Amino acid sequence: MLEWPEPFVWRALFAALGLAIIAAPLGCIVVWRRMSYVGETLSQAGLLGVALGLAANVDLTLAVILAAIAAAGVLTLLSRQQMVPLDSALGLMHHATLALGIAAIALVKGPAIDLMSYLFGDVFAVTQNDLYWIYGGGAVVVAITLYLWQPLVRLSLHEDLATAEGINPRLPRAAFDLLLAVVIAVAMKIVGILLVMAFLVVPAVAARPLSDTPERMAALAAVLAILGVILGLWLSLWSDAPGGPSIVIALCTIASISLLAGSRIRR
Amino acid sequence: MSPRDAPGMPSPNGNGSCNTAAVPCSCGHNHGHQPFAGQPATAPDPDALISARGLSMWRGSREVLTDINLDVKRGEIVTLIGPNGAGKTTLVRLLLGIEQPDAGRVVKPASTRIGYVPQRFEVDSAIPMTVGSFLTLGEHATLKDIRAALEETGAAKTISQQLSKLSGGETQRVLIARALLRKPNLLILDEPASGVDFTGEADLYDLIDRLRAKHNLGVLLVSHDLHVVMARSDRVICVNGHVCCSGKPEDVSQHAAYARIFGPQAASALGVYRHHHDHRHDLAGEPKPLADVPPQGRGS
Repeated sequence: MLEWPEPFVWRALFAALGLAIIAAPLGCIVVWRRMSYVGETLSQAGLLGVALGLAANVDLTLAVILAAIAAAGVLTLLSRQQMVPLDSALGLMHHATLALGIAAIALVKGPAIDLMSYLFGDVFAVTQNDLYWIYGGGAVVVAITLYLWQPLVRLSLHEDLATAEGINPRLPRAAFDLLLAVVIAVAMKIVGILLVMAFLVVPAVAARPLSDTPERMAALAAVLAILGVILGLWLSLWSDAPGGPSIVIALCTIASISLLAGSRIRR
Repeated sequence: MSPRDAPGMPSPNGNGSCNTAAVPCSCGHNHGHQPFAGQPATAPDPDALISARGLSMWRGSREVLTDINLDVKRGEIVTLIGPNGAGKTTLVRLLLGIEQPDAGRVVKPASTRIGYVPQRFEVDSAIPMTVGSFLTLGEHATLKDIRAALEETGAAKTISQQLSKLSGGETQRVLIARALLRKPNLLILDEPASGVDFTGEADLYDLIDRLRAKHNLGVLLVSHDLHVVMARSDRVICVNGHVCCSGKPEDVSQHAAYARIFGPQAASALGVYRHHHDHRHDLAGEPKPLADVPPQGRGS
């Protein structure tokens, strides 16, 4: 039943563990800045990136990163207009990118492309090359996150206070969008475009009731994400359910338990 | 339309007759006439910790600030008052450099260190943050420094509490402690008493007054209410898009433009809260003995 020593299992485990550690601190900032819907929209723009990457025959990870960055740029412009609330603009873009992405993939290569593997990922199909992306790209992401951590926390807490105290909000914000795009591209292979944000947001939600400082929340989010990955992969191997969704189910279960425990403690 | 192309920007106004005493001016509205300058639009005061000269700001096609001049010096409390939407917070954002003015300039000597206490500091409960960790965030403060700052602002017992769980008054005290940790010589507080009850408000202004005296700070306060604030101010600047009038609190409170904005009872309210005062003004602005003012001021 359990084929533990198989190399594809190890690759899946290392890929998902790497992602868990990279995504945890960024996920906390997404939660603090109430950006989960923004992240959702960026990740779905990634599908359009896949289509364009297939058409132009460039590396798909790179194509997804570029598409997510382009979407972040469009969102920044949208947030400046006054005609409709940002939430409505996101509702529009969110669906437009998903529909365009699915249509474009179908047009580019015909139905032979496995759309499901982009939408939901295939953690057991992770290659050696993917692992290089995850750990190489991940190291850069973690380094930049650490470097910008304090300004990002201060901007999340109160943008005017941080700016008045001398932080230029533009650089950390732009860098954050870039980091988010990289994590989305990397996570897409593991959990797929539709579940990418779960990897970022759910561990942060799980860590919140048990944390009293931003740093502890980020660290705990990483620990809980690691736990979720191990449980999820075990669940997948045991039940034959797909890997990415199994991990997300495990993460959401951990978050529910944490929220329940947190509400008990507070009372 | 770019704000810079907008017509009707008044030129800096040479009317310098009114930097200490308010002069009657017929302004109850903020366009169509030459605004009344709060300070002479001359070179910035070399002694000032911060100066504004001819600041103007547009939001879309609406001019929210017109030709604002002001100076804040060490040891003085300057209060910006004005109704909601008068542009007070915009003015503070320009002074702090959060936004850039469409016209005019803000002058700060290199020695000026600003401690800022923002309006409505509501921490999202999604962010876990103890008071202690908030005070070290971005500051090279030791635990001893933090304790001392909280002690000074009367918030020592909050050190391990969550920021999002503090009361309005506690939040303000923690924010002032954070501002003090930056060793400022100028404190800028935007509506420090919002979300604070009435007695808490008086205590808060007592605290600001004490800090001013102890550290020889310049203080710029923003308020839309007047009573407790004005009594402790050295200078009051009444803003409604432009500077309507400015001067000592007792002068401003007798000013026609002030009465039009805040209503006639506002002028009489001032007397009730003023303690160290050897005279008051009747409605005509004439000094009168203090005898017929209720002896006990604040609280009850």
